[in-house]
Amino acid sequence: MLMFIVRRILAGVVLLFVISALAFGLLYLNSANIARRILGQNATPELVQQKAHELGLDRPLVVQYWDWLTNALTGDLGRSWFNGQLVTVSLSGRVAVTLSLVIGTTLVSALLSVMLGVLAARRGGWVDGGVQFISVLGFAIPGFLIALYLVLIFSINLGWFKATGYIPITQSVTGWLSSVTLPIIALSLGAIAAVTQQIRGSMIDAMTRDYVRTLRSRGLGTRSVVYKHVLRNAGGPALAILAVQFIGLLGGAVIVEQVFALPGMGQLTVQAGTQNDIPVMMGLVVAFAVIVIIVNLLIDLAQAALNPKVRLS
Amino acid sequence: MTAIEVPSAVPTPHVRTALFRRLVRKPVGLAALIYLGFVVLIAFIGPLIAPYDPNTASISLVLAPPSPEHPLGGDSAGRDVLSRLLWATSVTLAAASVAIVTALAIGVIAGLIAGYFKGWFDSVASWVTSLIMALPAIIVLIAARAVLGPSVWWAMLIFGILLSTAYYRLVYAAVMGVRSELYVDAARVSGLSDMRIIGRHILSVVRAPIVIQTAIVAGIAIGIQSGLEFLGLGDMSVPTWGSMLNDGFVNIYRAPVLMLWPSLAIASTCVALTLLANAMRDVLERTVTVRRRGRRAVTTATGSIAAVTTSVATGGSDAAAIDDSTELPVIAETIVHEDTTAAAENAQPVLAIRDLRVAYQQTGGSDIEVVHGVSLDIRKGEIHGLIGESGSGKTQTAFAVLGLLPRGGHVSGGSIDYEGTQLADTGERAFAGIRGKRIGYIPQEPMSNLDPSFTIGYQLVEPLRKNLGLSKKEATDKALALLARVGIPNPKRTFDAYPFEVSGGMAQRVLIAGAVSTDPDLIVADEPTTALDVTVQAEVLDLLRDLQRERHMAMLLVTHNFGVVADLCDRVTVMQQGRFVEQGPVRTILGSPAHPYTRSLLDALLDEGPARPPLVEKEGARP
Repeated sequence: MLMFIVRRILAGVVLLFVISALAFGLLYLNSANIARRILGQNATPELVQQKAHELGLDRPLVVQYWDWLTNALTGDLGRSWFNGQLVTVSLSGRVAVTLSLVIGTTLVSALLSVMLGVLAARRGGWVDGGVQFISVLGFAIPGFLIALYLVLIFSINLGWFKATGYIPITQSVTGWLSSVTLPIIALSLGAIAAVTQQIRGSMIDAMTRDYVRTLRSRGLGTRSVVYKHVLRNAGGPALAILAVQFIGLLGGAVIVEQVFALPGMGQLTVQAGTQNDIPVMMGLVVAFAVIVIIVNLLIDLAQAALNPKVRLS
Repeated sequence: MTAIEVPSAVPTPHVRTALFRRLVRKPVGLAALIYLGFVVLIAFIGPLIAPYDPNTASISLVLAPPSPEHPLGGDSAGRDVLSRLLWATSVTLAAASVAIVTALAIGVIAGLIAGYFKGWFDSVASWVTSLIMALPAIIVLIAARAVLGPSVWWAMLIFGILLSTAYYRLVYAAVMGVRSELYVDAARVSGLSDMRIIGRHILSVVRAPIVIQTAIVAGIAIGIQSGLEFLGLGDMSVPTWGSMLNDGFVNIYRAPVLMLWPSLAIASTCVALTLLANAMRDVLERTVTVRRRGRRAVTTATGSIAAVTTSVATGGSDAAAIDDSTELPVIAETIVHEDTTAAAENAQPVLAIRDLRVAYQQTGGSDIEVVHGVSLDIRKGEIHGLIGESGSGKTQTAFAVLGLLPRGGHVSGGSIDYEGTQLADTGERAFAGIRGKRIGYIPQEPMSNLDPSFTIGYQLVEPLRKNLGLSKKEATDKALALLARVGIPNPKRTFDAYPFEVSGGMAQRVLIAGAVSTDPDLIVADEPTTALDVTVQAEVLDLLRDLQRERHMAMLLVTHNFGVVADLCDRVTVMQQGRFVEQGPVRTILGSPAHPYTRSLLDALLDEGPARPPLVEKEGARP
């Protein structure tokens, strides 16, 4: 088990290294262009040259990357070209916002998906049909579109929730709830749709297994068999889908944060993207990759806890 | 070589047209197709029929309400909304197509190469896949925009590369499945080049899943592209649904209706694509399941589906069966040989089945009967064999006693009396305190009957605690003692093991231990040795006999093996096509069988006897 964790962590570190190298290469490839874009179209070539030198862009790419990497390992991701702020400082406050959004969404959608999936698998008939129908809508309609209409209906027309802005949970729990409820609903619909389908499918599959009949023949109640044995065996595939969904949620958060004006990583990404703020962009890529890798590791551990075959091999 | 090419070339266009025709017959599929056809048409003719230039602004038209000249009004810059919508449809679909074509080209080719040739390409591709999966697509697209500038085409090209993993995995899995098929081997042996095999045999298998995937991918591409444009990261000079949506969102307080048209376009197109994909999958999966079911009905002996199909087959050929009765008459009455020994007469029946009928509900609502009114008594301490061919209904009878018929199956008539309790068709409640406590069950296939996610010990302890109310410690001790009793050499180790860590013979001993753990009066054993090696079979039979004598249990033993009957049983019932044909003491039945079917079964055992005549009617009689 310990070996399993160590191997996964090592693989994660290697992946992170490869991603950072690739991202750095692509982002800094066109350095002359970058300096020109910062200064505007009217800058003289000399000025561009000088700016490029100032930012260290005239050095070989490998040297620049080595610099960045050694600094990054000491916790320094450089400074923003736009406002000179430390990248780590701009990131630190925003990670919490995005994570509270995405983790909240993951919990809500995991809970609801299990309930809906089990309901659809056990009841069948019109309940199943209804769940399937909602799943199709939730899967098909992009999350930001749902977010837009939630804002329009519940914030602007009904005034039930804050339309924009973020209140930290440390400041006010109800305020936090009011600021994240709509974003979480908007984000979770798609994830719920996908995971519900998976749970329903693997529940139906698991319920026809021989061991389910044998467990029932041992006098165990239907409830115990379904919720303990069937759900556990159906849980593995559902977790795998949830892992994929989580990455999608991070992406969805970028747009949803924009709609609700939440000061998260997504908002910073859009800012850095429009301002060509490459160091901030680089920091964001690494931060997102770290989150994804950690979540994948956690999902792997959960997978091992659920499935002894994973754990023991 | 032509002999191989011709049959493979013929069915493909046929399958394709059949899929399309069946898709059109489904209302949802047809509606989605028509709507998407309409959207594509607009994409082509939209720029031609647009009344105004999409980028010409006029001050008088800023946020203008609808008017006869401008049916959808004007946007925040004073441009005609209808014209922009028509143009945007064209640009949006074209941009989505860029992503799809890129993804298809990379994903399908890489999947074919990796799946067909394997080797280093395979491992590199899987590494690249996990690399791409490590970042949300939109982050990559925004980062790319920082380098390449705002261009919807670049963005979609890059998104296509990211999306190619979806096709890659699909094609890779399909190719892995097909490449070891015999017909691909045959094509290779007959000298076809790899490219031709891929083109003819493998591509035709993955084509339908690719079409489905494309519908889904198109929806995702439209969604993410609109999202990007909506964020204001697109090229503002090009009208797209996303940029129109952005304009509406910016003016959400002043003119929220501007959001309506682009959001409707995005949502309806994405929903139509998903519905189309679902409809196509339904159509495809239905064909596959029907085919698989057909195969399973032939190969498995115990599945409910097998029972239903067999009964359909015999039901449809009843008339023919009577015509052929010169060989094997079907006699509705069971020939019963009375047991005359005094001990047998005095014993009380533990289980009394009377006129039991089992039926399965069809999708149409009608029932199909698989067991047609059977009666049986099992006395205390007696082993009663139930013997018959695959699909004769013996397992269905056993499951009816346990109340564990598969979904759709139910007792449609008669009674099952277990020590005074009525079990037939009384619902779950009647079995509480009986099934698992006073009736034990030994299944046929040991490995699939243990839950792979829990230890063997847990699966023994859980019922003990539930049924006998033991503490965890007591239950564990009892389970360990039981494992030792059924002949497991190291009980503690097996107790802690997971089912996939023990052999089939061990697993069957575990299941027997589970069945007898609560000291039941009756054991229902469904072909308990069929799935085991011959040497293990003998040991398990000995174990069953010892346990039965030691605990004085009654047993209903379902089998198709007269050797097992002769070895173990006191009485036996012969079953054919859902009916009991002969019943009596083992010695009588084996020594002087009265029913022609029993005789033919016994004759089939003798090495020098004539081959058994056909029991089920000729293949041609099947519906």
